[in-house]
Amino acid sequence: MNFIADILTDYTIQTIVMGTGVLGLVSGLMGTWAILRRQSLLGDAVAHASLPGIALAFMISGVKNPLYFFVGAAIAGWIATAWISSINQNTRIKSDTALAIVLAVFFGFGMVLITFIQRMPNANQAGLESFLFGQAATLLRQDVVTMAIIAAVTFVLVSLLWKEFKLLAFDPQFAQTIGFNIKVLDILLNTLIVLAIVLGLQSVGVVLMSALLIAPAAAARQWTNKLGVMALLAAIFGLLSGLIGTGISAAVANLSTGPVIILVSVFIVIISFLFAPKRGLVAQYFLTRKNKKRIVKETMLVNLFEICRQHDDPQHLHSVNILKPLPGYNKATMDKLSEEGLIQLTGRKQWCLTDKGISSARRILRNGGES
Amino acid sequence: MIGLQMEIIIIAMLVAISCAIPGVFLVLRKMSMTSDAISHAILPGIAIGFIVTQTINSPLLIVLAAVMGVITVALTEAVTNTKLVKEDTATGLVFPALFSIGVILISKNAGNIHIDTDSVLLGEIAFAPFDRLMINEIDIGPKSLWVLGATILLNFLFVWIFFKELKLSTFDANLAATFGFVPVLLNYLLMSLVSVTIVGAFESVGVILVIALMIAPAATAYLLTNNLKTMIWLSLLFGVIASLSGYWIARWLDASIAGVMATMCGIIFFLVSLFAPANGLIANIKRRRRQKVEFAQMTLAMHIYNHSSETENLEERMKGKLIYHLGWNQPFIEKIVRRSVNSGIIVVDNDLISLTEKGRGFAEAANMLISSKYHPGFERLRNEFSVFTEN
Repeated sequence: MNFIADILTDYTIQTIVMGTGVLGLVSGLMGTWAILRRQSLLGDAVAHASLPGIALAFMISGVKNPLYFFVGAAIAGWIATAWISSINQNTRIKSDTALAIVLAVFFGFGMVLITFIQRMPNANQAGLESFLFGQAATLLRQDVVTMAIIAAVTFVLVSLLWKEFKLLAFDPQFAQTIGFNIKVLDILLNTLIVLAIVLGLQSVGVVLMSALLIAPAAAARQWTNKLGVMALLAAIFGLLSGLIGTGISAAVANLSTGPVIILVSVFIVIISFLFAPKRGLVAQYFLTRKNKKRIVKETMLVNLFEICRQHDDPQHLHSVNILKPLPGYNKATMDKLSEEGLIQLTGRKQWCLTDKGISSARRILRNGGES
Repeated sequence: MIGLQMEIIIIAMLVAISCAIPGVFLVLRKMSMTSDAISHAILPGIAIGFIVTQTINSPLLIVLAAVMGVITVALTEAVTNTKLVKEDTATGLVFPALFSIGVILISKNAGNIHIDTDSVLLGEIAFAPFDRLMINEIDIGPKSLWVLGATILLNFLFVWIFFKELKLSTFDANLAATFGFVPVLLNYLLMSLVSVTIVGAFESVGVILVIALMIAPAATAYLLTNNLKTMIWLSLLFGVIASLSGYWIARWLDASIAGVMATMCGIIFFLVSLFAPANGLIANIKRRRRQKVEFAQMTLAMHIYNHSSETENLEERMKGKLIYHLGWNQPFIEKIVRRSVNSGIIVVDNDLISLTEKGRGFAEAANMLISSKYHPGFERLRNEFSVFTEN
């Protein structure tokens, strides 16, 4: 409760919460596209690869201005993306290898640049190191304003190009056929994803930012099959991860914001995996169990029907004993069938199919299940 | 004691050598990003080992870290098997979660003791020689020298013993399974090896740059050869070149050694990806351009052939009208016609194109090549008619 009171009053905490909230919204929204386009790991590569961009921005400008860092990181991330797709298209190297190489090589180059910066006279480079795991506490009000502007531009662009992006994600060939310039759209969407990643570097860090991109979207995917709903849910989950993560890391001493935000977002993923209706593992378990029971019941009914067919009188009473060798036979199933009025059990351990049972068995045989 | 500098160079080379071998199989199995996942996810293993033993020198850290690597692979597979997300998303969720746990464990428990996430992430090869291994108070060299040596031995033994199993399960997992090689078990063995290698190397180069040393040399080698053994040797070579040049450049620039080593891996890969004779970017562009010209010459020959019996309307064979009939631009038409004249498959008489005797044969062969599966083969077409030489 203390914390909530703090949010309302403390200027610094307000700033941080607003920053991580905006970040969560954007990364949830853009992560939706990254997941659908099977680019989950591209985010990881781009985030790592932005390190030299941040370092170069500092070396060129000589000041610790997050706006320059944004620009540097975005350019580096964009070059990395271009190099990855060039390797994919022009050599026999597969995309996973291209990602791994670009990720590690750019990061290594960034480390080289950081060692240069450490020797620079004006090296208040502590700010750079916090880019590894993120330190939301370093967010200033003007950074949040910058983030909010980038976020707003992203939201506007995505909603304007909604159907184009949708088509690009689900059926790029078709998009091309009906005359969309998919190359331009592809570059634009990639740029927006890169921007979302770069936005998070200061608070979540280069190592973990990719997870904030995809976790909210992966969670949202479980609750719906509709793209719009998914994007909205992902943005909400991202927002929640940012807010709760920042809250926890502010309340507990000596915790980087990045890892906490990531763990919160992964927690939301786990909850979604387990409890989402229809797709969730719990729902799947019950569905499977229900189907299994239904199949056992229907198989039994069909077997009984086959036995009855061998007799002239369909309502002839048969002994229960002759059923015992049947593979699926057990008393519970027989009771269930009787309960549903599909068979009639008599006191002397005899049974016969009811009219309803006969028509039900016929229907199963005709339709192959689903009575 | 063989001199500090020499020891650093040797350690740098050993890191590269130990990484190159598992890297080859990761690249070939399209599992390169698994190295990224494992290298991040070993952090909680190291953290727990540290919390339990309160020292960073215990072998328990290495064992736990290696176990974490295997757990990562298993966990990713389990998440993928729920079919709720695709494999790449599963990877992207599992390792950041584990890494986050590791970071939090370390920052909450290690406090002021000299284990911090930065050094795990970045490593510091220049400090490696100061961590000596002592037996009975006798200094027998830097600890990482022995750890890396053991890793290399393990890697070589593994590949040597399981070479044919690895080869088959890498290129044809189904056939390997049919032979009873249990590709799943082999895969987990390989992943354990990757984990152990990363754990052995991270102290020197950190968990992220180890990815560069593992994947880049192997990918570079893959651009140059189709032979598995050659690829292994080449990736060892590239790894060693990257580490040696990286060391000297880093010394010259006074920069992070591991960082420059990774950068050199990238530069070597970049150069080879441009200039590789069969699979490089330039070779590919040249080949595409040549194939375009070759195909155009075949198209032109077939076009003229198809219309050579026409006597009334000769428009289809007029050079000036090709722009309408073949849809090529004029400079390209000039180029293709000039080449075809030079190779003696057509003659142009007053803007009218006719096939020569050789040209008729070429057109027929080209037609066969395109329309029939019993075609003479492109190479034979090229040799027999020597049409496609640069002229």
